[in-house]
Amino acid sequence: MIWNEPMETMPLQDLKNLQSERLVKLARYVYDNCPVYKQKFETHGISPSDIRSLDDITKLPFTTKMDMRDNYPYGLFSLPRTQIVEIHVSTGTTGNPTLVGYTRDDVDLWGEVTARCLCCAGAKSDDIIQIAYGYGLFTGGLGFHYGAMKMGLTIIPTSSGQTKRQLKIMQDFKPRILCCTPSYCLYMAEECREMGIDPRSSSWNIGIFGAEPWSERMRAEIEQTWNMLAVDVYGLSEIIGPGVSQECTYKEGLHVFSDVFYPEIIDPETGKPVPDGQPGELVITTLTKQGIPLIRYRTRDIVSITHEPCRCGRTCPRTSKITGRTDDMIVVRGINVFPSQIEHVLLGIEGTQPHYQIVVDRLAHKLDEVEIMVEVDEKMFSDEIKQMKSLEHKIKKEIEAILSIGVTVKLVEPKTIQRSEGKAKRVIDKRQL
Amino acid sequence: MKITQISVFLENRKGRLYEICSMLGQAKINIRALTIAETETFGVLRMVVDKPAEAIELFRKNHVTANQADVVAVEVPDRPGGLANVLKMLSDRQVNVEYMYGFVEKFSENALLVFRFDNPEKGGQVLRDAGINVLAGKEIQGL
Repeated sequence: MIWNEPMETMPLQDLKNLQSERLVKLARYVYDNCPVYKQKFETHGISPSDIRSLDDITKLPFTTKMDMRDNYPYGLFSLPRTQIVEIHVSTGTTGNPTLVGYTRDDVDLWGEVTARCLCCAGAKSDDIIQIAYGYGLFTGGLGFHYGAMKMGLTIIPTSSGQTKRQLKIMQDFKPRILCCTPSYCLYMAEECREMGIDPRSSSWNIGIFGAEPWSERMRAEIEQTWNMLAVDVYGLSEIIGPGVSQECTYKEGLHVFSDVFYPEIIDPETGKPVPDGQPGELVITTLTKQGIPLIRYRTRDIVSITHEPCRCGRTCPRTSKITGRTDDMIVVRGINVFPSQIEHVLLGIEGTQPHYQIVVDRLAHKLDEVEIMVEVDEKMFSDEIKQMKSLEHKIKKEIEAILSIGVTVKLVEPKTIQRSEGKAKRVIDKRQL
Repeated sequence: MKITQISVFLENRKGRLYEICSMLGQAKINIRALTIAETETFGVLRMVVDKPAEAIELFRKNHVTANQADVVAVEVPDRPGGLANVLKMLSDRQVNVEYMYGFVEKFSENALLVFRFDNPEKGGQVLRDAGINVLAGKEIQGL
């Protein structure tokens, strides 16, 4: 089912016309209403009248997380605080958190796009949904809540945590849809087995996972473990929260709802567009938001894009899964390291679990050292030391082959790696750079 | 005539062995034999206990990585050359010993050893054929 057929299946030329019309209005709107944007336009030597169609978008300046931080809390708002009905906050990389505000219409838009996400994943109006994303300042819980409400689903707002209760609720109410982070879903499988329940017998048929990068192999693991369809949702609070893009059941990329969130893929170094199919930084312009509309926001997420319409009938462009976050990336001895690479290796070695942590430290001799802690579970464990050593060696060799740098692998006991019930902490960078 | 050995994965840190042993103690599970193999970063504790099924359950509940393996408990004459004789029989019949260790108590006048063979069935058979006493799980529990 497609939630909003006219918008989601619009012929490409009509879509472009709509985007153009919206962009022209947006440029004028932020210039007139947000002094920070007015200043940015002027510094950039551009006026709203220079924006006549979508093709002019590259004339506009980028907006970055730094802009959000520097204008904390309300500087980037285009409307007075009194028009704002809801506020969300996400963690900043440094200093102040990132604050976003929604008008009543923005909340309505949010419900619209998450309803599209739910339909994309295969939800039907008589479904029960368990929302195990955190409710509160984090956008995950409420974002899906609004969409599920719009669709008329039965919502179980469990929020995150209290795993035993999550599982009991699943058993008692039999929701068909689960929303949470992919790492939490795998965490719940461990707990589930401990409670003597076979995860494959769960009522969850559809899992909508996001808020952290995950790989195809992790998808396979989740689908296999839980006997469910696992689809990826993407979003960030600066843009709206979850609901920027979503995989459909074909799992051939995430549909970006480009009538409202216009995507560009750029080279993060030069800021120039990269061609379809090439990885680059995702940049988004919110075409219709009112409270805190953003122009060309640098997401720091690396994806590639295709403009080919999907088999599902949706015409909006699709991105790949996130292959890296520019701010999750660590540079060790000149080599870029993405945690997803380590995960990929671990999932590829039989018996290993993707429970790992990367510790980067700069030693006295100024060489960066990477230690990868991997949790040992029953399946990996052998009473024979030689087998354990050979496993350790295998992990080390395979990671080294992927990263092209030497690493130390340390096998650790289960649950020693901090595994919050939200995002797994994958990298500990102890270096004083 | 195989008995169950429990192995535990141990991170190399202070107090960890104590925690494992006190976990068993509190659950009134008695250790009959044990050995520790260690590397620079981790260790493997192997032991024979009186209630193996309960021990496994206990470890699972406490997130301790553990598994079980079949081992053979053998009475070996407690005199010079006693062990060498037993090993010769195994060697002659091409049974490979992965590792071995001793029990805490003696069994009658003989020493009691735990053998981990690459093939526990065959290892046990070879020893029984040679008239050597291979103990059953029940006898271990009764020690």
